[in-house]
Amino acid sequence: MISTILSVLVSSEGGAPTYESHHWLLPETAEIIYGGISSVLVIGALIKFVGPMAKKALSDRTAKIQGEIDSARDAKANAEQEASQIRAALGDISSERTRVLADADKQAAALLSEGRARVAAEMADIEAKANSDIANASSRVNDELRSEITRLSAIAIERVVTQSLDDKARQDLIEGFITNVGSAR
Amino acid sequence: MSTSTIDAYVTSINTIASAEGVLAQVEAEFSAVVRAMDANDSLRAKLTDELLPIAVRQSIVEQLLEGKGHRITAQSLALVIGAGHARDLRTIAEKISAGVAKGQGRQVAEVRSAVALTEDQQSRLSAALAKATGSEVNLKVIVDPSVVGGLVATVGDKVIDGSVRHSLDQLKSRL
Repeated sequence: MISTILSVLVSSEGGAPTYESHHWLLPETAEIIYGGISSVLVIGALIKFVGPMAKKALSDRTAKIQGEIDSARDAKANAEQEASQIRAALGDISSERTRVLADADKQAAALLSEGRARVAAEMADIEAKANSDIANASSRVNDELRSEITRLSAIAIERVVTQSLDDKARQDLIEGFITNVGSAR
Repeated sequence: MSTSTIDAYVTSINTIASAEGVLAQVEAEFSAVVRAMDANDSLRAKLTDELLPIAVRQSIVEQLLEGKGHRITAQSLALVIGAGHARDLRTIAEKISAGVAKGQGRQVAEVRSAVALTEDQQSRLSAALAKATGSEVNLKVIVDPSVVGGLVATVGDKVIDGSVRHSLDQLKSRL
């Protein structure tokens, strides 16, 4: 139809010589045949030679991807295991920390109690010693005071007696001694 | 000085003084020297000072006897002091006195008094002590101001203390 249209157009242009030519859109028959055969051959060659290679490449790529997926899965499993171990370790550390803190609190309480008891005992000892020292010092001062009073009293008495002894008193004492000794037997 | 040495000196002095017939005088003069030493610390220090020459100490004794002492006394004292036994003069004098008294059948009565006793007091005191001890006594009176008043009589081992010093000491101990 197109060729018809083209023919009409050409005739309407003033009567130019007409010639029969190949359709402008369709190739020549021979060209179709040769082209078809060539295409078949090329396509067949591609299917025969390139197909296995492509298939193999795809298969390799699939295997590689699958390997990577498996590796990732293994890595994930390992990571999860390690995470689990770490969580367990963290749990152990937490319980150990709690136990250590409890022990420390217990020891601190024991030390505090022992220290208080020791300080109380030492304070009691110091207080007792201080009381004893005070009592001793008081007794010593009293003794010294008593001794000093006695000494001074003795000196005073001796001085008074000596000064009050005149010749008559001395002679009276001598006569009294002689009389007492003579009448003793 | 040991007791045997003192006894040897006493025996020698007694023997010589007895032989000379002056034992009583020698005994009295020894006692007088000892009493002087007791009453005078300076005299006792000089006579017992080993650093002081013996001749000086002997001259002190001669001055003490004022030339009136018997030569046996002076020589005996010089002998004892010259031998370095001045510290034992008291013991020697006491043993001489005891020997004399024993020879007379008596005991030595050492009497300490703050003041000197009259002859009458000494006589009555001797009689009183003889009555109290049952033995005649040779009285040795020592004037000792530390007695203060009263008397202290020592006859052998017996001490009769009627001194004011004793009363004061008793009062002091009661205080």
